[in-house]
Amino acid sequence: MAESVPPPPGGKRKSSKKRKIVFDSDAKETAKRLKRGPGVNLKSITDKKLKGKLRRAEAVFSSSQKKAAQISEWLLPATAGTLVAEGIERTWNFKQEDIVQAVDVTAARKAFDLSLPELGPYKLNFTRNGRFMLLGGSLGHLAIMDWQRAHLVCEVQVREAVRDVVFLHNETFFAAAQKKYVYVYDKRGLEVHCLRAHVRANVLDFLPHHFLLTSIGKHGGHNWVSNGVTIWSYRLCGTNHDGVLRYQDTSTGQIVAQHKTLLGPCSVMRHNPHNGVILLGHARGCVTMWTPNMTTAAVKMLCHRGPLNALAVDASGTYMATAGMDSQIKVWDVRMLRPMHDYYSPAPVTRMDISQRGLLAVGYGRKVQVWQDALRNKAQSPYLTHNLPEGVTEVFRFCPYEDVLGIGHSAGISTILVPGAGEPNFDSFVANPFQTVKQRQQQEVVALLDKLQPDTIVLDPDMIGRVRKEPAEVARQRRQEEAAANTARRVAMRREAETKDKMKGKNRPSRRHRKKQNNIIEDRKPAVKERQKEEAARRKEATEKSEAAIPKDAPRAVRRFYKS
Amino acid sequence: TTLISQDRGILLQISAVLQEALFFPVNVAPSEGGGPLFVSWRRRVTKEITMKVKLITRSEEDYTRERTSDLRKVQRNYDPLLHPLEKAKEYTRALNAAKLDRIFAKPFLAALQHDDGVTCLARNPKLVNSIVAGSADGDIRIWDIPRQRTLRRLVGHTGAVKGISFTPDGQTCVSASTDATVKLWKVPYAPFEAGVVQDDAEAVFEFHGKNAFRGIDHHWDRSSFATAGVTVDIWDHSRSEPIQTLTWGSDTVTSVRFNPAEPDVFASTGSDRAITLYDLRRATPLRKVVMQTRSNALAWNPMEPFNFTAANEDCCLYTFDMRKLESALSVHKDFVSAVMDVDYSPTGREFVAGSYDRSLRIFSVSGGHSREVYTTKRMQRVFAVRFSGDATYVFSGSDDMNVRCWKAKASEQLGIRLPREKHKQAYNDALLERYKHMPEVKRIVRHRHLPAAIYKAAKTRRTIVESDKRKLQRRIEHSAPGSIVVPSERKKKILAQVE
Repeated sequence: MAESVPPPPGGKRKSSKKRKIVFDSDAKETAKRLKRGPGVNLKSITDKKLKGKLRRAEAVFSSSQKKAAQISEWLLPATAGTLVAEGIERTWNFKQEDIVQAVDVTAARKAFDLSLPELGPYKLNFTRNGRFMLLGGSLGHLAIMDWQRAHLVCEVQVREAVRDVVFLHNETFFAAAQKKYVYVYDKRGLEVHCLRAHVRANVLDFLPHHFLLTSIGKHGGHNWVSNGVTIWSYRLCGTNHDGVLRYQDTSTGQIVAQHKTLLGPCSVMRHNPHNGVILLGHARGCVTMWTPNMTTAAVKMLCHRGPLNALAVDASGTYMATAGMDSQIKVWDVRMLRPMHDYYSPAPVTRMDISQRGLLAVGYGRKVQVWQDALRNKAQSPYLTHNLPEGVTEVFRFCPYEDVLGIGHSAGISTILVPGAGEPNFDSFVANPFQTVKQRQQQEVVALLDKLQPDTIVLDPDMIGRVRKEPAEVARQRRQEEAAANTARRVAMRREAETKDKMKGKNRPSRRHRKKQNNIIEDRKPAVKERQKEEAARRKEATEKSEAAIPKDAPRAVRRFYKS
Repeated sequence: TTLISQDRGILLQISAVLQEALFFPVNVAPSEGGGPLFVSWRRRVTKEITMKVKLITRSEEDYTRERTSDLRKVQRNYDPLLHPLEKAKEYTRALNAAKLDRIFAKPFLAALQHDDGVTCLARNPKLVNSIVAGSADGDIRIWDIPRQRTLRRLVGHTGAVKGISFTPDGQTCVSASTDATVKLWKVPYAPFEAGVVQDDAEAVFEFHGKNAFRGIDHHWDRSSFATAGVTVDIWDHSRSEPIQTLTWGSDTVTSVRFNPAEPDVFASTGSDRAITLYDLRRATPLRKVVMQTRSNALAWNPMEPFNFTAANEDCCLYTFDMRKLESALSVHKDFVSAVMDVDYSPTGREFVAGSYDRSLRIFSVSGGHSREVYTTKRMQRVFAVRFSGDATYVFSGSDDMNVRCWKAKASEQLGIRLPREKHKQAYNDALLERYKHMPEVKRIVRHRHLPAAIYKAAKTRRTIVESDKRKLQRRIEHSAPGSIVVPSERKKKILAQVE
């Protein structure tokens, strides 16, 4: 028989063999995000069955989080782009041509200027996988490009003013806000729908998880069609009817919601990718947040003195940057709804965008600046600066999964290289830049199966599936109301009993008396108890006082003589 | 087309631009004098630039497959930033899973015809593809389930067959009938060839009793069996007379079942409203628990062999621990008429019960309400139910002369599933488990379309229960505190425990 091994001192095995995982700061951030907040506090739970269930669930969660953190640490192939200046150099001094020269050929080819001076200024949009670029010239020039391969997918001249363009769920469809209506085109450039509900839209946006196309514009669109002739009611196009936010489901074609903002014409609209809430910037300097479920704004915050020029929200839905005509750029925490810090620019910033990794691009006129780490902390200097060779900026869009900023301007389209802007590792099932036609078709089906209903758009998307606790204040108020109602009922009952018509046999004096007493006691019980308690305390105090006056050695027989 | 031709100028322009982009490397200076529209970055060599720069570059070969025969390259990034709205998405998936579950819920598989109402069923312990059914005309049939054909008709009984039970080797079975005989039969295996094989067989041996038999159960280890009737008799294969006779009172015993773990313990239900426990090592029964109404059948839990479930006349089933008969472990409600038979799944986690209200229900052992209810338009009073040996199917024998096969999980996909199908199913199940308390999910999962008779009866019962509850509540409110003792639901129907 083998000898029994004595237990190690202290009763614990040494943990020296346990592998320690050391993350770099980027991976640390990811690991923190993967944790998704603190787990359930098991100590406060008394129900054993529930506790066991929760413990098992928590174990599953933590192991999956660990695994995911390890995957993001070890298995993801690419690292984010960087730009580091050496010596006395500063990154904002680097010209684009310097960067282009320094990087390899494939990366350098991503920077280009497309000179299209006749039909600009140009609006710009990227697909969610960053592969396709949609151009919309304000004089009616629409085009889709596979921009990295320099392949023109389609091109069309609609011969009408184009105010904004946006891709729908993938590159096969896009919408353009034209002179009067919004039109949907397919990837061949053929018009497939005319959305007559969206009238005179200034800006378009698309919520990919909800399949909602949103628009806002100048006129409310109170139009009646009679005998095929659209009659415009200009009487109703006053300020109160400007700026109607419309949600249209692009999978079913239904108008989901139409909200009158009552804040005049609007040309600044972005959505918060974290929760799908639409943010509007208004001429009176306020930002409003909208969901399709509420006819009024969920949040209305005054951000600037004077009109709002541009706004952008970061991917985590934590920070919002706004720029106004008051030459301020302000960063807000949109979860807590409070200002973080602000920047001052020499001229009012008119264009703005935030990249996947939180780089902030701002610009006006020909000037383009990119700020790194300007959201969480107050940055002291820009990361990159660039002046457009020609034209005035019209729109900024960071390309997803690429270190590229797309700029639409009055003389065409430009892209500049911004190292560290894009997420280096894509998820094939979310957005795959290399997806085949088959994969695209499959993804479309999956996306439609997972399509979220408009009522899932709420300010806190983690609220879904949770129990909302009643706030303490509300609970207290409810209890007070209940108590008041009870008292009122008892009083009414007593009054009724006193004034009640006498019925045969029910009117014995003893019964009447008992009934009254019953109710009185119920009604007055708390006050009586309170009085009794006070009385008892007083009596106790009195006896203690009198006891104190008697000497300790006094015999019991004579004690009563000491009482005053 | 007219539009295109009019704007050809522009179209050509952009094509030219793109061609330029293709053919000229980026850092080549543009030619002078209004040449190409492509403006690339001019080279400045005025000063030495020192910087470290890295950009995202992806070569297509790294992310796409070389040949069509290769697997597609998939890359995951679990960063929550790339997966926004995950709660809403998961909830939507749970909702879809619930809907799909109901869409695919097609539990009915086959109906096997007899010539008279089916009164009892038995499953072969050695075979999963076969079931034996006895009917009210004395006919017993051995069914080959996958081919839906009769293998043998066991001919000989002149009265209704009230019980069938297999020997542990699965080669013989015994059947008890109201003609006061127990017959022993040889049971063949199903041959593999297709086609009709129906054949008649005679009994191997006959045991004669004095009175009609109401139930039978063969011992799972020995060559003895117990019959229920006027008395409980223990028989041996080699004796023509019972080796032991047990009685307690003068009422008829309707069913008998051996405990699956203790070889000497068995239980019976009787028309004296009692569930009686016996030990073969003693000459008299051990104890009995008398309930308000009669129990029609009982079944032992194969995994927790000290627990059994009794099917009661009062529309409920009661699970008992045989060591603690003063209170039921749980009460299973939902039927609207007397429960006729009950049988446990081999997993011991759930059981099936059939009722006089023309339905059968599947309950979880600890669940107060049924997980599933099966009905058809033509199914009449259900007299016998059995789980299959692999817990995948459920059989029911009813008054309309049919044995019916059902899936135990209504929406389960039968046959061999691909790994990804299995994975998807597991994912959907987990989602349903997680979101089962959400009102919409709960509504869909619980929804069953019931025949009008059952629906209305259930509604009436609900009204009665609610009004009783209300009345009790009022009575408590208007009485002195503590003067009204509310009996627990588990003890309410138990009248007495007799040793």
